[in-house]
Amino acid sequence: MKKLINSPEGVVKDALAGMAAAHADLLRVDYDPDIIVRVGAPIKGKVGVISGGGSGHEPMHGGFVGLGMLDAACPGAVFTSPVPDQMLAATKAVDGGAGVLHIVKNYTGDVMNFEMAAELAAAEGIEVAVVVTNDDVAVQDSLYTAGRRGVGVTVLLEKIVGAAAERGDSLLEVKRIAEKVNSHGRSMGMALTSCTVPHAGKPTFELGENEMEIGIGIHGEPGRKRMDIQDAASITELLATPILDDLPFQSGDQVLAFVNGLGGTPQIELYIVYSELAKILEQRGITISRNLVGSYITSLEMAGCSITLVKLDDELTQLWDAPVQTPALRWGM
Amino acid sequence: MQIAADTVIRFIEGVAARLKQHRDELTQLDSAIGDADHGANLDRGFTAVLAKLPSVADKDIGTILKTTGMTLVSTVGGASGPLYGTAYMRAGTALVDRFEMNEHDLVLALEAALEGIQARGKAKRGEKTMIDAIAPGIDALKAALAAGSEPREAIRLGLAAVEGGVQDTIPLLATKGRASYLGERSIGHQDPGATSALFMAQVLVETLDTLS
Repeated sequence: MKKLINSPEGVVKDALAGMAAAHADLLRVDYDPDIIVRVGAPIKGKVGVISGGGSGHEPMHGGFVGLGMLDAACPGAVFTSPVPDQMLAATKAVDGGAGVLHIVKNYTGDVMNFEMAAELAAAEGIEVAVVVTNDDVAVQDSLYTAGRRGVGVTVLLEKIVGAAAERGDSLLEVKRIAEKVNSHGRSMGMALTSCTVPHAGKPTFELGENEMEIGIGIHGEPGRKRMDIQDAASITELLATPILDDLPFQSGDQVLAFVNGLGGTPQIELYIVYSELAKILEQRGITISRNLVGSYITSLEMAGCSITLVKLDDELTQLWDAPVQTPALRWGM
Repeated sequence: MQIAADTVIRFIEGVAARLKQHRDELTQLDSAIGDADHGANLDRGFTAVLAKLPSVADKDIGTILKTTGMTLVSTVGGASGPLYGTAYMRAGTALVDRFEMNEHDLVLALEAALEGIQARGKAKRGEKTMIDAIAPGIDALKAALAAGSEPREAIRLGLAAVEGGVQDTIPLLATKGRASYLGERSIGHQDPGATSALFMAQVLVETLDTLS
């Protein structure tokens, strides 16, 4: 294992210290329980928006703390859900009296820990609403699985919902918009290489030199299908087709197209994928009215990408365009 | 069989040592069908529990187990934090104010723990989870006691059923937890959660074996 770390045990706290030092204008970091909190929180009368999950997906979620997005983030150990103490501390830190929305990715551990935190917050008289993202079409949504995983839509949802909270929407309204984004969004990812969890010390799975994993999750958990590697056009097609067919996205739709790198893939390759995606959507009569290209929800140093499409309407477009000022996303300021 | 509070402390210390010893093995099992963190997470949690034990050394069994559970919830994360945390807290609730217990109390505590796991994880038998190790163990322990076996013998039969349950997870298709994302590819792998439950059962039997 070759990593730029001091020790496997110190990875999360050492990185948090770096975030606090780099972004003191936007956020602060509290330790034990570890939370990243927006400067100025709680904001009186504003719905608080928090999220959290295992570390190793940076910039998600800590990099999205700031104006117009998250009020707090709870970083767990690498690829491990945070604990209820963190979500409770974050909920209290951002509660401005209008309630708090928990944005939870659909993984068994995340759901259970957020559930326990919501029970504790309710016991302290804080109103909590929850949205669970589950946009990964690689997973069959059935009684026989834990349901679809929450992946790329989470990033876009945090931006859109953060804007709704920022303009003063009620908790009920913020939750409605969050559910709309989730129900309008679909994603799928693929990996060219595995990744190494620091405390495990070796790659989570092995991929041959000429192999790729289609339907990969963001924790290096193996996907559904292993195949020989193909060119970017074919890979983009393999990811886009199940996404398009699932919602389904139709001719005339306006979409927000998000091409995301998983940590080890350079931007130049993401643009190649974006170009192929744009061609596919054009052929289907679908307009990309907004886009995001870059590595925002990663899986440590895994090479690969994911594609997310969210069907836009005026309400969602307006909220996407609203100002945001966080370590990882900034515009409109 | 009389089990005193200090035996429960020794059991928890034993679990912490056993999980540390098998940390990499659990993580390895979890790499195959999960996310490669089960060993490290439980080791982190039980290391924190060890630090808490001195503060409850003179307390009742309920307090010892509840403190263990709350510490696990606060330090483990993932799915195993809420599941094992709830299990120990529920077992503790079943033994409030008790400084001694017998084999029948043990059954009640184990049943309370299993109910907690099922309520928190919304899983049932046959879904390739820790329940597939724990539930057959409790069944076998109860059946042996009902049939008049000596407590020590009944507990050993319970452990054998846990071992069988862990083996039986190998051909199962996972339908809960992160392994369920693999669909058919989850078949052929031993469940990491069932395996950590087996380690706890082994330590329980070994600890009780030391009683006169």
